[in-house]
Amino acid sequence: MIEAIDQLDAVPAAGSRSNRGRRIWAGTWPKLAALIIVLVIWQLIHLSGWKKLVFPGPAPTLANLGDQAGTSLFWHAVGTTMQRAVVGFAVAVLIGVVVGALVSRNRPLRAAIGSLITGLQTMPSIAWFPFAIIIFGISNSAIVFVIVLGAAPSVANGLIAGVDYTPPLLLRAGKMMGLRRWSLYRHLILPASLPSFVAGLRQGWAFSWRSLMAGELLVIIGNEPSLGVLLSTDQDQTDMPSVMAIMIVILILGIIAHTAFGAADKAIRRRWGLDISV
Amino acid sequence: MTTVATQGTQAVQLTGVSKVFGRGAEALCALDQVSLTVAPGEFVCLIGASGCGKSTLLSLVAGLEQPTSGTISVSTKQVALMFQEPALFPWLTAAANVELALRARKVPKAERRQRTEELLDLVHLSGFGAKRPHELSGGMRQRIALARSLAQDADVLLMDEPFGALDAMTRDLLHDELDRIRDGRPFTVLFVTHNVREAVRLGDRVVLLSSHPGRVAGEFEVPIPRPRRIDSAPVAELAATITDKLKEAIAGHD
Repeated sequence: MIEAIDQLDAVPAAGSRSNRGRRIWAGTWPKLAALIIVLVIWQLIHLSGWKKLVFPGPAPTLANLGDQAGTSLFWHAVGTTMQRAVVGFAVAVLIGVVVGALVSRNRPLRAAIGSLITGLQTMPSIAWFPFAIIIFGISNSAIVFVIVLGAAPSVANGLIAGVDYTPPLLLRAGKMMGLRRWSLYRHLILPASLPSFVAGLRQGWAFSWRSLMAGELLVIIGNEPSLGVLLSTDQDQTDMPSVMAIMIVILILGIIAHTAFGAADKAIRRRWGLDISV
Repeated sequence: MTTVATQGTQAVQLTGVSKVFGRGAEALCALDQVSLTVAPGEFVCLIGASGCGKSTLLSLVAGLEQPTSGTISVSTKQVALMFQEPALFPWLTAAANVELALRARKVPKAERRQRTEELLDLVHLSGFGAKRPHELSGGMRQRIALARSLAQDADVLLMDEPFGALDAMTRDLLHDELDRIRDGRPFTVLFVTHNVREAVRLGDRVVLLSSHPGRVAGEFEVPIPRPRRIDSAPVAELAATITDKLKEAIAGHD
């Protein structure tokens, strides 16, 4: 009898895979359309003759981008920048997790530095550069230092919020089951805080990417090509097509990272049934 | 003043238990001098209007909260608590939710899978182990929650309006399931509900709590033989008697 009810109650399975191609297309065409509209507007502005001497149209800019992409200097620069981003972000995540875990568990510590973390988060990272340059000199360390300061507070805050919002009912259920201390953390609090933690990572990445670009424009390290160095050199030479080509690269890298975090976020939500519309 | 495990003859024994939340003028007395015993294997239903401290009483027996005064003794360390909401972990499959309870009491890994299968089978959900909670209906979730409680291998099962959020049909079926499961393993149950018929349908004894503050206002043996039906005449009759008494208990306070 109860099985019969279950048949009635069962939630229908998610849509089949054959729809996948259509779904990808449904997500892609608006982006393509937007891209085309941007290119058209750009071309129209160029045609209107605004700042004609220095403002290039899309064609020479994209051609310039193609040329640059054929040089080893360009890929070297992308490599350096991405390496700094990854190292800085990794250190930020490590520090953010440790600080977040400590603060979320320890009440006096939270009272002491909880609001400081939020304060740090609102501080524009570029304001740290004079400090970082005096301490570390014109070096990679100065850039990484500022990336870490930019990103770690977001990561810590994401974790703290996640721990705070672990549903009290689940905590009671976990305690009744006999989960204690570390096992309570491992089986309940950490998984429960995952969505908020991923949101923190995403925000942390955005901050670290901004700090990195600011840093590469301010802290120019000789014979170490990076996207910032390329941008700065092109500015000095009033080479607008190159400047805009590099800006497009920075934009694309940012979008790729954002999409990756978005995919992770969506995967978690789907797994949890928070977003069954997907 | 604390919950202690003793080897008494009673499964659960409360003696003069009071619980006050807050202090001074703001203080709210949730339970006042409640004494109650539950024999091993007995099914006791607690009923009362909302706000009479029923849930608080279960939290105290579960050891999640401490009484302000009085003593609570439970004959076993293994007490399971089932809530009105299933409280399943949404990131785990149904089977993993059950298995986690086994893991928490250190059942060896080799045994866990088989025990999980048995428990899912017991609540008639063997085919649903791989589903996540959000893919199951309310009734199925609550059965998984029951399987999880049983996985704790508790001698005392505390149930806080576990079927309150379900439709009448599913609830009736789960009553039958609960009877069937207890035929195989007669654990002690302390069951909170505000549905008098449900209490009479399930309980060996029904304890009536008055509200503000919660006090024991009456006790009723349920001499109706099992299997019972919630819509049978004897159940309805006793439920009517208890309901009258419940109304008195509420009216006496206004």
